[in-house]
Amino acid sequence: MPGNPKNSRTIKIDMMARVEGEGALNVTVKDEQVQDVQLRIFEPPRFFEAFLQGRHVDEVPDIVARICGICPVAYQMSAVHALEPIFGVEIPPAIRDLRRLLYCGEWIESHVLHIYMLQAPDFLGFASGLDMARVHPDLVKQGLRLKKAGNHLITLLGGRSVHPVSVKIGGFSQVPTKDQLQGLKDQLLWARDAAVKTLQWVTGFAFEDPEQDYTFLSLRGPSEYPMNTGQLVTNEGHHLNVPEFEEHFHEEQVPYSTALHCTFQGKSYLTGPLARLALNHDQLSPFTKEIFAETGFSLPCTRASMGIVARSVEVLYAFDEALRIIKEYEPPPSPSVPVIIKAGTGFAATEAPRGVLYHRFHVNDDGTIHVAKIVPPTSQNQRRIEDDLRNMLPNFLHLNDTEAAAKCEQHIRSYDPCISCATHFLKFTREEVS
Amino acid sequence: MVETHISPNRKQPRVAVVKFASCDGCQLSILNLEDDLLALGAAIDIAYFPEASSNMQEGPYDIAFVEGSITCPEDLPRILELRQQTTTLITIGACATSGGIQALRNWSDIAAFKQMVYPNPEYIQSLSTSTPISEHVTVNFELWGCPIDKQQLLRVITDLLQEVKPRIPIHSVCLDCKRQGHVCVLVAKGLPCLGPVTRTGCGAICPSMGRDCYGCFGPAEHDSVHPPGVPPNTTSLANQFHQHLQLIPVEMVRRFRGINGSVQSFSKESHAWEPKK
Repeated sequence: MPGNPKNSRTIKIDMMARVEGEGALNVTVKDEQVQDVQLRIFEPPRFFEAFLQGRHVDEVPDIVARICGICPVAYQMSAVHALEPIFGVEIPPAIRDLRRLLYCGEWIESHVLHIYMLQAPDFLGFASGLDMARVHPDLVKQGLRLKKAGNHLITLLGGRSVHPVSVKIGGFSQVPTKDQLQGLKDQLLWARDAAVKTLQWVTGFAFEDPEQDYTFLSLRGPSEYPMNTGQLVTNEGHHLNVPEFEEHFHEEQVPYSTALHCTFQGKSYLTGPLARLALNHDQLSPFTKEIFAETGFSLPCTRASMGIVARSVEVLYAFDEALRIIKEYEPPPSPSVPVIIKAGTGFAATEAPRGVLYHRFHVNDDGTIHVAKIVPPTSQNQRRIEDDLRNMLPNFLHLNDTEAAAKCEQHIRSYDPCISCATHFLKFTREEVS
Repeated sequence: MVETHISPNRKQPRVAVVKFASCDGCQLSILNLEDDLLALGAAIDIAYFPEASSNMQEGPYDIAFVEGSITCPEDLPRILELRQQTTTLITIGACATSGGIQALRNWSDIAAFKQMVYPNPEYIQSLSTSTPISEHVTVNFELWGCPIDKQQLLRVITDLLQEVKPRIPIHSVCLDCKRQGHVCVLVAKGLPCLGPVTRTGCGAICPSMGRDCYGCFGPAEHDSVHPPGVPPNTTSLANQFHQHLQLIPVEMVRRFRGINGSVQSFSKESHAWEPKK
């Protein structure tokens, strides 16, 4: 580190905590003006797109799951939905519903983890969910039990909650019986009540970060809150088909990050729970709408910290939706439909807990992958996080560096960034040059 | 393997959870302990676990759980320092224990990989291999699995709290699958199940879900008084796949070159089926 010029300071704070991944933040301040904001991600590259080449399509769901231990189902879902159209596979309604149920499980376990163990400690002034448990044991127990209910759903359908094993092209290797799904009902009914309490609890938090002018991006389908299907829509009136994704969204590399930055028509945008809720709240279940309306919270939420509210709404919806699917479930005649492998190109985007997850595959006629392209939600939000910080940093400049860094770290955390793949490092560097 | 112990002077061992290249799934298994998590939080002093807590304390640590493999130049000093700070170092998961799925790079040209993923590959610092922790420092205990099984994790922690050396079964998952009474997917469905050569621990979930095991708990070891035991007979299983299931050599290579493809017994088998140059 070179010596600081006169009147400039360089401050390092401890590691970024309670996020998945390693990030650093460099802020340059000159004459009381924010010059530059760089969110630096050190995620060691794991080269999934490269080593998928030459693997057989049947192996893809098991391999892409390993991109993320928090949202493996999202990767499996985007993969099978991208590959199935190549082979002309039509998925029967019961299998479609089971995939939606599996996704409900993942939204629940991922969101509840973030609500209770990662973000709520910021609002209540604790270093961790475990510390919070010493003062509020019943609250944290409720969170852990909610998370367990989500994990149970994934385990029943997929064998285990992290890297489930049953998802395949054409359906599942095995599907549950009606009785097995009914066996979840009591737990889900308890959980839906607890999800109501969670939503009521988080809407009472103090949201102090400034409002942002967001371009929201999410999927939207004709009739249901988006998970596996839909068009790409924005609050600026765009309606794009998924195969058009790469025409409008561009990944750029910046020298300070191993995650690529994705922009929409040259601008930053936001994907994830806040965007989904803003663009699809009319498709929530009647029960979820009713409870949310009672909280008096107005939409759209344009503060990043309100991500905790959007996640809590989606947890409630996911339990309600899971109960609906379980009630209506009739097992499909076969766990999967036959698949005839052929060459071609397929695209899909699904709604991972953190937002739009895009996959494109080119398949050779022997069923091996020729090209794989994967755009995860966090690389899409990375530029938006920088823009947010640029907008809000002027409010923090009167604070000392530790306090300013803590504000930035909380803000980054509120996005629930999933920058898996490294240790967690937030080096906050503020250089003041006068 | 070195005998493991916890410093007897401390009631609550100081524990660190440290991450290298990985997906976070094994750390998540700790947070997924649910009912046992709060009890665990009371039994140990979680001194360093960035994914869960902003209160990060410096070493020394009585126990460090290490997730992830060594893939970057900066990882090397980090793991050496952690080793110096730690009494009992335990790897959790396939990445830390065998190099993990990202070890598929070990058979590839990493420069070409970088070019494929990044427009400016010169910005990317990456080693040409993904290697397990034990290639760099002494590891006191290895917990296999992609992801680890949380019951096995609890068992290891409980053993350490009792100041006994952790013991986890090393036999093949095929035995447990039979005990559970699942229909054999290799015999009945003709699927290339790796269960006969794969370590137990997952609960035989793949055959229980109607599919073939793909080896995410690494190679089994045959009964032996002192581990490491005898490696599994991968050649016999491979010949079965080839002769009876008509797998062609390239499929055999892929079969053994998966999540734990870099571990010796699996990599030896995949090499044996590579086309001769």
